[in-house]
Amino acid sequence: MLTVPVEIQILFAGILFLLGLIGLLVRRNMIFMLMSIEIMFNSAGLVFIIASTHWKQPDGQVMFIFILSVTAVEVAIALALLLQVYHHFKTLDADSVNKLKDHN
Amino acid sequence: MNLFFYIAAAIAIISTILAISGRNAIHSLLFLILSLLAVSVIFYLLDAPFIAALEVIIYAGAIMVLFIFVTMMLNIGIERRTEKRWLNPRMWIVPSMLAAVLLTDFILAIKHVPASPFADQIILPKQVGISLFSTYLLAVEIAAILLMAGVIGAYHLGSQKKKVTHRFLGKN
Amino acid sequence: MATFIALIPAIPLLGFLVLALFGPKLTRKTIGYIGAGSVGIVALLTLIAGIGLLKSLPQVKSYSVIIWEWINAGNLKADISFSLDALSLVFCFVITFVGFLIHLFSVEFMAKDEGFSRFFAYMNLFVGSMLILVLADNILLLYLGWEGVGLCSYLLIGFWYKVPVNGYAARKAFIITRIGDTAMIIGIFVLFLSFGTVNINDLMQQASEKWVAGSSIAVLTAALLLGGALGKSAQLPLQTWLPDAMAGPSPVSALIHAATMVTAGVYLIARTHVLFSLAPIVQTAIAIIGALTLLIAGFSALAQHDLKRILAYSTISQIGYMFLALGVGAWSAAVFHFMIHAFFKALLFLAAGVVILVLNEEHDIFKMGGLRKKMPVVYLTFLIGAASLSALPLITAGFYSKDAILWYSISSETGSTLLWIAGIIGAFLTALYSFRMIFITFFGEVKTQPAFLPGKLMTIPLIILAVLSVIGGFVELPESIGNIHLFSNLIDNTLPAIVVKEARHSEILFQSLSAIIVLTGIYLAYLAYLKKPALSESFNHSKLNKFFERGWGFDKLYDVLFVKPVIWLSEIDKDDIFDGLNIGISRLALLANRFLSITQNGNLRWYLMSFTIGIALILTYLICK
Repeated sequence: MLTVPVEIQILFAGILFLLGLIGLLVRRNMIFMLMSIEIMFNSAGLVFIIASTHWKQPDGQVMFIFILSVTAVEVAIALALLLQVYHHFKTLDADSVNKLKDHN
Repeated sequence: MNLFFYIAAAIAIISTILAISGRNAIHSLLFLILSLLAVSVIFYLLDAPFIAALEVIIYAGAIMVLFIFVTMMLNIGIERRTEKRWLNPRMWIVPSMLAAVLLTDFILAIKHVPASPFADQIILPKQVGISLFSTYLLAVEIAAILLMAGVIGAYHLGSQKKKVTHRFLGKN
Repeated sequence: MATFIALIPAIPLLGFLVLALFGPKLTRKTIGYIGAGSVGIVALLTLIAGIGLLKSLPQVKSYSVIIWEWINAGNLKADISFSLDALSLVFCFVITFVGFLIHLFSVEFMAKDEGFSRFFAYMNLFVGSMLILVLADNILLLYLGWEGVGLCSYLLIGFWYKVPVNGYAARKAFIITRIGDTAMIIGIFVLFLSFGTVNINDLMQQASEKWVAGSSIAVLTAALLLGGALGKSAQLPLQTWLPDAMAGPSPVSALIHAATMVTAGVYLIARTHVLFSLAPIVQTAIAIIGALTLLIAGFSALAQHDLKRILAYSTISQIGYMFLALGVGAWSAAVFHFMIHAFFKALLFLAAGVVILVLNEEHDIFKMGGLRKKMPVVYLTFLIGAASLSALPLITAGFYSKDAILWYSISSETGSTLLWIAGIIGAFLTALYSFRMIFITFFGEVKTQPAFLPGKLMTIPLIILAVLSVIGGFVELPESIGNIHLFSNLIDNTLPAIVVKEARHSEILFQSLSAIIVLTGIYLAYLAYLKKPALSESFNHSKLNKFFERGWGFDKLYDVLFVKPVIWLSEIDKDDIFDGLNIGISRLALLANRFLSITQNGNLRWYLMSFTIGIALILTYLICK
């Protein structure tokens, strides 16, 4: 049985989340941004599993399964969109897709 | 047991850092897979073997592979130079500071988590299954519809239509 | 009987509507019939109503009728209601009858003008408004008519709007009378605040019961209403607009600026005489203003060489006489002079209009001359008018009316010798300038040939008015001559009888004095302008002459005191300050937009950064609480 304190477990999940966040803010290549989002999803799911173990209920794991399916769909759609962007702009630079800029 | 947890946690964190700071996309994705495997180990240690399996199969096995396929298809290994240009160390300062702020907030927030009131007991996949198909049946159905929508959406969004101009308007 | 009093103001207004809406589509003949006909019908109706009223006096003092409810808001109740009593009857008679003659005259006078229908539309509107003014039962309706005549005056002075000078004259008239109107409406406010009603009879009754004679509120209200009267009647200090108003067509000058609108002030003071009795200071002020105005205008008329301007200053002077009479409490004398003055002044203006028209728009009397033989009818009627104006003894109506005023100015309870002296000097001046006008215009050698002779529609009104200028006075003969008091008996049904001082001076003495002075004036005019023109030559070019000609410099004074500062102020506010505030607000919003749109730069990572910063801030805030 794991006797690591719950706080440390959640902290670990939090660190993973923040790493994903940093990756999202820093990287310019859109593949990396999507990857960082995946990291964040994963860490959120990790928190659910921690909670499930903590409260001894299966609901957390059920939630993780749903998160998983949502993530899968999201990745599929996001990558499809990414392909479209690449074909249109010929680059994967996030700063180049600024057509919604307010021209003033 | 605790030691395994800490080792797995360390591996996860290190490989995530390497993943987000790498210049080669394929390398970063592979590091990410490593991180996911480490997290899967943690899942197992947290008495959730079924979920550990799912993590490997679906997350690392399907989603990451999808990423790798698309990356290879887009052929972006050539852009290593641009990646180098885009990733100068100065860029890391502000996000890291923000993350540090959020981390402190996080630590302060989780100080008040109460201790587990229950006795130790493993949650079996059977329990998860039963819960899934009795209490959360509706959510399962909706998830199914979501996946369906995802498939159709991805198909349509991914297709490239040729621009068709009327024959009188001349070729583009 | 009472109901059809409402028709009296309604018919001219109906005529205005028809002419305003359909005027351009109708033939000249139809327009003439509608325009002059409506006033003619009303003259007839007034006659019928008048006979009815005269029969029922003195038991029934007035006929009243309420047409409909106009305002009913809280305490304020005002209805469209008319009442015909002796005072309004006299005014209605003059307005409709003289007005009808002037309308007839205008049919031929304005026949070649392209604004024919517009002219009659405005004239009908004017007659309608003036009738509302004199028939109004409550003071708000009176003010409605007041404003209406002011509007029509503006429209008609600037009738030939394509010439800019006419526009300036119209604006000057409107703005100066506006000053008086503002004083008047404030007076109405004070009255309403004090008594809670706007009905004139109720107001007068409550005022006599509740206000102490000489109290400050009575003085204030009376002074405010006097301000309104001064504006409309072109008395000191608001008299500068009337000479310039001669820019309008002559029928307009005859109707509005001689017979009716400028006497609205006289009507107002007579109607609200109770207030003035309660404020003796103001009443004395009226007398003094009247005396001063008649002198100043008299001197100014002496120096003019525009034919219509002489008559304009003469009007100011004669209304000064009416104000003098009102000021000493000679109510019926003032109204009597109003009626007679309407006759001869309208006559003079119409005749002057004929002269100017046939001489091809020549206004300068020194370029006229010898028209006596060329236009005999016009000459005769003009002569009768001028004689009546000068109060030629015994044979003209003007003598009886002006003489009554002079007599009461010294013998009335509040009269004084000074006022009489001013009046006598004024009479001398009147005789002098009227006959100067006659001798220069109609005698001597012909300097400009008349192009044609006037037709019947222009001559007949002249003749009728000339007859009235002679026989009109015989309804009110002083005690020493015939002792007929038809007119004052009529008026005394509504206005108080004149109170005369105990120690009676000899009336015959004063009458002979005034007769001698008038004859002297005529003789002097004959000498200086006809027999030996050299006598007047040096005066013609003197500085004093120029001073008189400019109306004693009032225009210049007002220009320096008021016009220039206002223009200076508006120069400062050239880029409208308040508009600038509005623009400033919108500029501020645009500026904020420019700043905030920096955050919308389309850069995805920028947005993500702002999310993160926001989350950090909010979480920190929540945790630190």
